[in-house]
Amino acid sequence: MLTHLRRSIVASIVFIVLLGFGYNYAGLAVSRVFFAHQANGSIGKNGSPLIGQNWTGPHWFQGRPDSDNPLSTGAANLGPRSKLLVSDVAKQIAVLKREGIAPTADLVTTSGSGIDPDISPADAYDQVKAVADSNRLPVWQVRHLVDAHVHGRQLGILGSPYVNVLELNEALAAEKH
Amino acid sequence: MGFFWTVSATVVLLAITWRFLGSYMAAVFDGRINYLRWLERLIYRLLAVDPEQEQSWQRYAGALVVFSGVAILVTYTCMRIQQHIGINPQHQLDVKPALSFNTAVSFVTNTNWQNYSGESTMSFFTLMVALTVQQFVSASVGIAVAIAMVRGFVRKDCATIGNFWADLVRCILYIMVPISFLFGILWVAQGAVDTLGASVHVKNALTGFTQSIARGPMGFIEPIKQLGTNGGGPFNANGAHPYENPTPLTNLLSLVLVLAIPFALTYTFGKMAGKIREGVALLGAMVLIFSVWAGIAAYAEQRPNPAVARGAAVTHTVVRQKAGNMEGKEVRNGASASSLYNIASTQTSTGSVDSANDSFNPMGGFALLTGMMLGEVTPGGAGSGLYTILLMAVIAVFIGGLMIGRTPEYLGKKIQAREVKLAAIGVLVMPVTVLIMTAIAVSIHAGRVGALNAGPHGFTEILYAFTSQANNNGSAFAGLNGNTAFYNVMGAIAMLMGRFAVMIPCLALGGTLAAKGSVPAGLGTFRTDTPMFSGLVVGVIVIIGGLSFFPAVSLGPIVEQLSTGKFF
Amino acid sequence: MSPEPSGPGSRVIRAQGVAQSRSLFDVEILRHAAVDSLRKLSLRTQARNPVMFVVLVGTVVTLVESIAHPTLFDWSITIWLFATVLFANFAEAMAEGRGKAQADTLRRMRTETQARRLGSGGAEELVQASDLSRGDMVVCEAGDLIPSDGEIVEGIASVDESAITGESAPVIRESGGDRSAVTGGTRVLSDRIVVKITAERGHTFLDRMISLVEGARRQKTPNEIALTILLAALTIVFLPVVVVLQPFGHFSGATVSVVVLVSLLVCLIPTTIGALLSAIGIAGMDRLVQKNVLAMSGRAVEAAGDVQTLLLDKTGTITLGNRMASQFIPAGDHGMEELAQAARLASLADETPEGRSIVALADELFNLRDQKLDERHVFVPFTANTRMSGLDLVGQKIRKGAADAVKSWVVEQGGRIPPGLDDTVASLARAGSTPLVVAEGPEILGVIELKDVVKQGMVERFDQLRSIGIRTVMITGDNPLTAAAIAAEAGVDDFLAEATPETKMELIKAEQEGGKLVAMTGDGTNDAPALAQADVGVAMNSGTTAAKEAGNMVDLDSNPTKLIDIVEIGKQLLITRGALTTFSIANDVAKYFAIIPALFVATYPQLNTLNIMKLHSPQSAVMSAVIFNALIIVALIPLALRGVKFRPVGASSILRRNVLVYGVGGIIVPFVFIKLIDLFITAVHWY
Repeated sequence: MLTHLRRSIVASIVFIVLLGFGYNYAGLAVSRVFFAHQANGSIGKNGSPLIGQNWTGPHWFQGRPDSDNPLSTGAANLGPRSKLLVSDVAKQIAVLKREGIAPTADLVTTSGSGIDPDISPADAYDQVKAVADSNRLPVWQVRHLVDAHVHGRQLGILGSPYVNVLELNEALAAEKH
Repeated sequence: MGFFWTVSATVVLLAITWRFLGSYMAAVFDGRINYLRWLERLIYRLLAVDPEQEQSWQRYAGALVVFSGVAILVTYTCMRIQQHIGINPQHQLDVKPALSFNTAVSFVTNTNWQNYSGESTMSFFTLMVALTVQQFVSASVGIAVAIAMVRGFVRKDCATIGNFWADLVRCILYIMVPISFLFGILWVAQGAVDTLGASVHVKNALTGFTQSIARGPMGFIEPIKQLGTNGGGPFNANGAHPYENPTPLTNLLSLVLVLAIPFALTYTFGKMAGKIREGVALLGAMVLIFSVWAGIAAYAEQRPNPAVARGAAVTHTVVRQKAGNMEGKEVRNGASASSLYNIASTQTSTGSVDSANDSFNPMGGFALLTGMMLGEVTPGGAGSGLYTILLMAVIAVFIGGLMIGRTPEYLGKKIQAREVKLAAIGVLVMPVTVLIMTAIAVSIHAGRVGALNAGPHGFTEILYAFTSQANNNGSAFAGLNGNTAFYNVMGAIAMLMGRFAVMIPCLALGGTLAAKGSVPAGLGTFRTDTPMFSGLVVGVIVIIGGLSFFPAVSLGPIVEQLSTGKFF
Repeated sequence: MSPEPSGPGSRVIRAQGVAQSRSLFDVEILRHAAVDSLRKLSLRTQARNPVMFVVLVGTVVTLVESIAHPTLFDWSITIWLFATVLFANFAEAMAEGRGKAQADTLRRMRTETQARRLGSGGAEELVQASDLSRGDMVVCEAGDLIPSDGEIVEGIASVDESAITGESAPVIRESGGDRSAVTGGTRVLSDRIVVKITAERGHTFLDRMISLVEGARRQKTPNEIALTILLAALTIVFLPVVVVLQPFGHFSGATVSVVVLVSLLVCLIPTTIGALLSAIGIAGMDRLVQKNVLAMSGRAVEAAGDVQTLLLDKTGTITLGNRMASQFIPAGDHGMEELAQAARLASLADETPEGRSIVALADELFNLRDQKLDERHVFVPFTANTRMSGLDLVGQKIRKGAADAVKSWVVEQGGRIPPGLDDTVASLARAGSTPLVVAEGPEILGVIELKDVVKQGMVERFDQLRSIGIRTVMITGDNPLTAAAIAAEAGVDDFLAEATPETKMELIKAEQEGGKLVAMTGDGTNDAPALAQADVGVAMNSGTTAAKEAGNMVDLDSNPTKLIDIVEIGKQLLITRGALTTFSIANDVAKYFAIIPALFVATYPQLNTLNIMKLHSPQSAVMSAVIFNALIIVALIPLALRGVKFRPVGASSILRRNVLVYGVGGIIVPFVFIKLIDLFITAVHWY
């Protein structure tokens, strides 16, 4: 018993040094040397393309109706037979309709992270007309913009095609000037 | 199409890891891998341990329990004093006692249930020194128990089942650390964040909004979170967070890492037993159940979300849910791959999620919940999957063996009263714990108020919480507010039961079997390396889980599924 | 047939032995069992069986509920739950019934015997058999019942042991040697013997037999204990499963009646196997008794099912023990028919088994039946001096006998030994056969091969044993060459030649070292250590007391082939337990589908989708499940008593079959019957 206890305490210390500090700091060092941009959060001029932001439309392409607060991430956790979810969806549909956007599933549901930075290509194409009208740009030009920002499947096979909202809006802004 | 490729890639990668990681692990625990001999020896010297000095099951279990107790204390202490100890750029406050207790137990028992939001609760010190250390250690303890138990099956007239300290150290040094580190590099390259910097405040010049983005040393934690079937993410959003799981590739590799060790341990088992087919039979049972459950979830999540459909209907709009149920899911991952991720995580006692379990369609939620209720054996957690399925196998052998007219034997070991008793305790402690704790929770105010959703879904949230914790899974129907004294303490008890009340019978079984002689196999022997046996094991798993939980589940996801057109 | 009770004072008991006893469902046994099932309601009896104890407690709970709020439904459930308990008792009583009836017969035999005890001076005194104690000397003469177990110290007698063995042919018992033991309750038919009593009062073979067939000393066997633990564990886990439905239902807004919860609990816990478990064990022992084998413990019966190595004595077990003619080998220019004819003639008057077998073989080969002996033929019998026998006819002398004897007889008459004869003789001897040379006058006609003949069907029997994974080892005193030849012919896996008690013991120990369970038979005193060492030691009833004490079974028929039956009964016992356990658990699926919708359908009408049997109403559903649960016990009593049929095929095919029948069948059957019961009780409005 006492032997167990002594060994347990020593082992705890050893593992704190080896795994808590050694492993993590070695990782941090590798990250800093080789992947400084990613390791710091891929932060760009207008934020990180990995982190969703609030884009109030229809002036901008909008993302999913998340809270987009990276200090408090997570999903809404409403169940599939939740009256609350029904009313949230209905509200969001109303908002989109007011902006002249045909609601898609992604645009009326919240994401798992609460900061989903992406939308599906269909979501983006649905917004083209409203965004073009609002920015007084020709529809074809905005559509081209979306075309150019569709990410295909990773390695050609993985995941779903998506459009990063920040990238698309940055391109839109550039287009306007 | 994308889903097909995801599944194919997963199968191929797992087939490779099964074969090679499986035999590698057997070599590690045999002491044949020693490229870090200097470090290993140094640790043994510090611990004053002779790795060749084996222990009886009682001493093995004793060392394990005392070590886990100390680990809980250390982890608890870190959280209680984090405010004052540094590496805390976010200035997180000391964690409250009840939550600290729940969290310490949670990480030491390989559960990683989190009654808190990571980005607003834990300092980087706690994250690295308390939680990450336990992600390595608790997984390794689980694997050590599985290996020790298997030794019991394969040894003859032997009083010992291995040395706990040697098993633990070898598992960490040769399995956990190298694999995690390699994948950590890949993770950061893919975009995972890895810094000790505080939150950054970025002003978007286009919209004028300023966003504060929480960061942390996540990139190298993520692989061990998955590999060790831990599941405790530094961010509240867990695997849905783009900083933890940035791309579909990391999503796929998360899946593979989670499943790698639990599946590969069946190869290790076969290798140690001297007959790979013995491991294949268990693998067959695991794969069969896993595939069916993954199929149910994938199918369910490709269906539209009923609440979204109703929301559209009441506004007289058509919302096509072609991509399936996207509520609580990330666009880059898609509904099907997300369901697969969460199924893998619930059936490996990992508990990490890349989408919100709570918002899965009823049958999707059914698959997540019941996947755990089957006892976390398909393939189950790192080590815990193997040792628990071996208990199921012992029961299958017992009933099947009787049916061929011989005192049942497994790997030449007679399965008699003591073995049946230990297996029954190990298998039944989980359902009893879950049911009783859920019953208490739904009976008292402190338990009832936790549920976010109304109706059967609220019941499922509570049932899910105890199922997850008693199975050391850690995933949640996260609408439940678990950060109350009631849920923190009850949950901790459930986790301790699910961990030690299973591990100790497993070690005892190993010790008992090791001491026994072995009966040579013959034509009259009950074969345990056949598809028939896989089928029997599946039968035992499904029957025990099904009989224990059918009434409870019928009040949760089943009734929810059948409530077409009703909302709560 | 039931035994006629003998009149008071009568010493003539028409005992039938154990084998020819009652049919499975004798009316008398049924009646006794019905009474016993009520008698077994005592708490102490019930507490021994955790599963049925829970049912009893549940019955009390529903009874209280029914008295407090009487409804037809509650009362019906209470009655059916009580019936479930009674049915379980009934099953056990049925299993015990047959043994009890046998015990009664045996007991009468014991109490009504008187003994002629020899006093110290040699004077006889008449005492009750039950007053005899160890060491007493008693005299038995023709017509007397032997009063107690003992050894003959003086005399030889033929003894009718049919009272115990059921075998009507008398056996010879004599002092000294391996045939000196006599059993109390058997009858001396001729001569006079003096028996030294070897059994303590109340511990005679008959006493042991009575308590065995009655099941009075029945202890749970290792596998039974393990199974009881598993069943208890399942019962314990179903307790919370059912109890928590109260709060779960409350949370969901449903009121769950206590009576329905108890019903669900009783349906879920493995009552079927729980009710039949002890009946299966008792019936298994009883089946052994039917085969005229007395097992001293249930443990031994179970071990028999696990046996991996069977040691069988060659003579009497594998071979008939007599040498029989198997072929004619002509020598020189003589034909086979000529040889056969001469051999037949020489043997016609030879009444030994060998002689008869030569005649039979010749008849069979050449159809020589019409050649008869007449007064001209003079038979020359075998003597130890000449070592040949034969026939003298006018001008014709035929002899058969040991090679060297016949050879010298031929040489004496000026004949020659044909070339090759010695080789033939030598090779036959090598193969384990006995060569008999036949000569007519100076001419040697050829050789008759006499072989130790393997019993019919042994090869198939050993094949079956091999297919169920049992290795057979033949034990013989023969030299290795002979042993190898016979082993090959009989198809045993291995043999032990020139066996002595020591080598036998070593063999058993070596097998056990390798983790194998060994069974053997024996009858001599020198077999005793090996019998004790073997996991299953079957002593022949004809053997010595020492052998019977050492073994853990006694074969009343003294038939060593019985070992194979014993192994099968042991296996059958386990198979029946396993099959009914599987069946019992598989049944739960249908019961859930009957009861769960019924429980919550008031709160969640949508749960009626789970009512896949389309049962009429929640109440009829619960009641149907409870009734099914009770009746299935009764329906399975015959199977429990008779045992699941054992087929000597490989483990895998047995398993496949039993999983299919009892597992898959166990899932399907209750769906059908619960539906039928529901239709019935709905039609008669009974709830």
